Amino acid sequence: MALETRSEYKLPLPPMRGPAADFYKFCKAHELRFQRCAECGTWRHIPRDVCAKCGSFKFEWARSSGKGKVFSWTVTAQPFLPQFAPMVPYAPVIIEMDEGVRMLSWLTDVKPEDLQLGMRVAVVFDDVTPEVTLPKFKRAVSQ
Amino acid sequence: MESLKDKACIVGVGESAFTRGSGKTELQLMLEASANALNDAGLRPHDIDGIVGPPLGASAEHFAANLGIENLRYSAYVQMGGASPVVALQSAAMAVALGVAKHVLVPCGWNGYSVMRVSSGGGGGRDSAPPGPLGGTIGDYYMPYGAIAPVQWYAWIATRHMKLYGTRFETMGAIAVNSRTNAQLNPHALMRGRPLTIDDYFKARWISYPFRLYDCCLETDAAGAVIVTSSERARDLKRTPVYISGVAEGHPYPADDIPARPDPFVIGLTFAAPKAFQMAGITHGDIDFAEIYDCFTYVVMLQIEALGFCKRGEVTDFVTPERIALGGELPLNTHGGLHSEAHVWGINHIVEAVRQLRRECGERQVKDAEVGLVTGWGDFGDGGLAILRR
Ligand SMILES: [Zn+2]
Repeated sequence: MALETRSEYKLPLPPMRGPAADFYKFCKAHELRFQRCAECGTWRHIPRDVCAKCGSFKFEWARSSGKGKVFSWTVTAQPFLPQFAPMVPYAPVIIEMDEGVRMLSWLTDVKPEDLQLGMRVAVVFDDVTPEVTLPKFKRAVSQ
Repeated sequence: MESLKDKACIVGVGESAFTRGSGKTELQLMLEASANALNDAGLRPHDIDGIVGPPLGASAEHFAANLGIENLRYSAYVQMGGASPVVALQSAAMAVALGVAKHVLVPCGWNGYSVMRVSSGGGGGRDSAPPGPLGGTIGDYYMPYGAIAPVQWYAWIATRHMKLYGTRFETMGAIAVNSRTNAQLNPHALMRGRPLTIDDYFKARWISYPFRLYDCCLETDAAGAVIVTSSERARDLKRTPVYISGVAEGHPYPADDIPARPDPFVIGLTFAAPKAFQMAGITHGDIDFAEIYDCFTYVVMLQIEALGFCKRGEVTDFVTPERIALGGELPLNTHGGLHSEAHVWGINHIVEAVRQLRRECGERQVKDAEVGLVTGWGDFGDGGLAILRR
């Protein structure tokens, strides 16, 4: 799906602010990490300041297994921004990680028409610019 | 316990012209709609002493300055996207029921075609996240993967529903065709004179699966306004009062991220619906018509389940062209909705419900309409429900 050349990556990048900057900083090191409450152990994503389960402000960035499954998706045909015109159709896919959290991403090796609920996937890292790495997923045939 | 049931009435409704290119500011459009609502109510501008301001485009104080309201006693805002106008009714009803204000104006409008066109990224070729409470989630986690527009976010819920429950495109198409059919009977509808068939629906291009072109609402420059007062005061005014019998708001959890929801089909309306029905003291069988926020066809279906008209997963069987048609068991979006009348953030759904209950709808009048409901849906699934009666 990466049609664009890396030197002229034109798609929107995360602004690298607040806790999102921490999330993507780990991605740049090719580590998928999510916040996990240091008191009760509950995983969470998107990042939060407080554990919604127990109220603790303490958390760690815990390493994910990188494994999950397809929860849902859309297949976008209309380029809502001009820089997506060369990409359509593309599929923003919700992945449910084995840790329980869900995140939005792309699958790198699955055609939109082949997507299925529950399809097993594993994280890969796409260094889209020298500064930013986006976590993406490929199909995992087995555990 | 104290209840808002029937404590407040809608006594005036109005709209601006519905266009694709207004050449006016949002405030001008909303003032035009407000003037029409005041005229409808038989009130003068400075009779207004409360304003639940719009979620964008102007502040309550802008309205006060233009309308000559020297003593604005109540102002508030509801930031729930397209659910804002319906939920504003709750705020307005509380204000007039407690005597905080006497006549509350609820305006809403935008240049959804000429300025904030969603189909081209929200206007101006924007490539950063929108302002507002959801901008963080969108900019940080959705936009890098090209999930920029509401049609894409709601599609995640729709896709899963279709795969789990066998929800059919035919049902989505039936909702689109129904709206367009009703619009043919509405002189204000932008799509009057442009009928739609189910074949047209299926032949149209994809926008974002599972949504095709006619699953999507219009993009319109338009505004609407309603005026709320106490039920005592309403009896002195010239129009048939329309009572706010039940009203409630609800928020999905978490409201600022769709993927994280434990259950993606639990939306704001899931929480609001039982409260509003209980307040009104009615059952689903008492509802004579439903004006359901229709940004996208499936979003109507999701709300029909959340309202409790059918069980989860059954909406595709519940919604038949016959049931939702004028003259059917549950006439739906009798004005044509956001899909075929105009996209006015759902305040046009409130306006239509009031006109139906006042029996002013001519060819599209629901016979003997006594009770109707209006929903709002906004942002990532915020919801509101108003049950109105004459
Ligand atoms: Zn905790």
